[in-house]
Amino acid sequence: MIRILKSREALLVGVILALTALIASRFPAFIDPANLVNVFTDTSPLIILAVGQAIVILTRCIDLSVAANLALTGMVCAMLNVAYPGLPIPAIIAVALILGALLGAINGILVWKLTIPPIVVTLGTLTIYRGIIFVISDGAWVNAHEMSPAFTGFPRAEILGLPVLAWIAILTAAVFFVVISRTPLGRAFYAVGGNPHAAVYAGINVGRTQFNAFVLSGMLAGLTGYLWVARYSVAYVDIAKGFELEVVAACVIGGIAIAGGAGTLMGAILGAIFLGIIKNALPVVGISPFWQLAISGAAIVIAVAFNARAGRTKGRIILKRAEVEAQA
Amino acid sequence: MSDVGFNQTSRDLPDRLQSPVVRAFKSWETLLLAVAIAIFITNSFLSPYFLNAWNLSDATFNFTEKAMIAFAMALLIVAGEIDLSVASIIALASTAMGFALQFDVGVVGLVLIGLGTGLICGGFNGFLVTGLGLPSIVVTIGTMSLFRGISYIILGDQGFRGYPSEFSYFGQGYVWWVISFEFVLFAVLALLYYVLLHRTNFGRAVYAIGNNPTGALFSGIRVARVKFILFLLTGLMSGVAAICLTARLGSTRPTIALGWELEIVTMVVLGGINILGGSGSIPGVVIAAFVMGLVTFGLGLLNVPGIVMSIFIGCLLIGVIALPRLWSIWRA
Repeated sequence: MIRILKSREALLVGVILALTALIASRFPAFIDPANLVNVFTDTSPLIILAVGQAIVILTRCIDLSVAANLALTGMVCAMLNVAYPGLPIPAIIAVALILGALLGAINGILVWKLTIPPIVVTLGTLTIYRGIIFVISDGAWVNAHEMSPAFTGFPRAEILGLPVLAWIAILTAAVFFVVISRTPLGRAFYAVGGNPHAAVYAGINVGRTQFNAFVLSGMLAGLTGYLWVARYSVAYVDIAKGFELEVVAACVIGGIAIAGGAGTLMGAILGAIFLGIIKNALPVVGISPFWQLAISGAAIVIAVAFNARAGRTKGRIILKRAEVEAQA
Repeated sequence: MSDVGFNQTSRDLPDRLQSPVVRAFKSWETLLLAVAIAIFITNSFLSPYFLNAWNLSDATFNFTEKAMIAFAMALLIVAGEIDLSVASIIALASTAMGFALQFDVGVVGLVLIGLGTGLICGGFNGFLVTGLGLPSIVVTIGTMSLFRGISYIILGDQGFRGYPSEFSYFGQGYVWWVISFEFVLFAVLALLYYVLLHRTNFGRAVYAIGNNPTGALFSGIRVARVKFILFLLTGLMSGVAAICLTARLGSTRPTIALGWELEIVTMVVLGGINILGGSGSIPGVVIAAFVMGLVTFGLGLLNVPGIVMSIFIGCLLIGVIALPRLWSIWRA
């Protein structure tokens, strides 16, 4: 019980509740159920991406190409919709999932087979994917009036008072919660991140596991690509530019260790919700949106400082300073 | 940083040393130089406007400012850390200079404020990484938002203009004929960083830390202090770049130098610096700077849009690193 109360997740829930209460004390309209639904729906893309990124970071990698993957897949979906307006939504979603997974697989193959460091691979593919969007679209926008009503309507359709977009975020979280905590694949992600050498001796293929993580992250990015483009009813080269770092930030705030092997999906999701509340609350509270970047930056720095304090075990060896250095 | 990416190939010791000539011939720098020359020749065939002294001089502006930061970043990455906040430091330093502009501080004052802001930001990163023992990649993703966020708070959607005309020399001035002030500064800094990394004890310490921080500590190297100095240096270089860029553009906006951090890291990695730390050289980074500048300028002459150039840069980054590995797999 004490362990649960002292966990990062409990702390985040506490911070989120306190933050919401603080905002509500001055602006009661913020905790109006309809507004909370809005905030959650706004945060849903970040939640879905944070789930994928959390898995990648667990395996000691990092995926900086998620936002570019999102934008490219979104553009392809939008152009498909313009070219074939009759194409059913399930087909579009299938295209988004497959294309996203394929783009993720490119990252994964380079990391697995050529052992190029993940940060270099995804830096490269990030710029390549963005460039490809320009090439296929010729720099043109796909606007709302060119998209079919079914295409743009899907993420906004409401089931039991929640938009489909929010339901997909919940479903993604649920599915991956099971995958991470109840399957050998989920164990493998932790094992590879926690101690790759031990993982090899346990019969786990480190490279293949990292590949799997990249494919899953890419697949979720692709799915978010369609949802994003459909929800905002516009597709252009620069959508979600810089979003990759916000996704990493959500994971870090949520207690996913950047060195891999530690952290929970719930933490990453709560981290995303925390960032989402800040983003949505600023205009309500009357603070200029220009403050948002600095506030989320400060939140990241503070959260990382917390992570390090929590993760630092007391060494038994005499040269304790050396141990701390080695960890840093 | 060294924690991200487990896929490090083991460093095997050869049973005998290669001759220096063979080693130089097979080195990364030679490969890169060949790429640079190939791009130069291709450019001059593709565009009739390429081979012109003024054109080539203009081309240097594409990379000089980024390369100044890349030198300091190279040392930091060799030591096993990274700084993703450099572009945001440029924004903050530029904002600080613009802010100071209203108090009539003069050109010297502006320069000192630019450099000082860079140093303070670098020191803040350095304190978080070495003082609190936090991973630099996450710290600097945070301060990247923080520093640029402060620029947004101060500037909003406004901008600062009206820099004194003498100030613009740092970005637009020419020392002699087509040789710009920025290019001279780039060359001087390249030399300084070459000496620092390859000819001093400090440079030795940087390599030692990147290869084995614990071993370095036991060898009597003050690991935390060296890393702190390296963060100060990247901050300082970002301040220098901020002065040049602000002088060249003649204005400050919060979006200044947006996305540069990734281009600078690309330049460093392309230059043969191991992203996992421990190896690489300054000449490599210098050649990589020219390669990137030539590619973007050549494509620009062919009217290729900037965003499409990024495809070439991305392929270059992955390709140059993948090819030797593919080659060794194919030979095995």
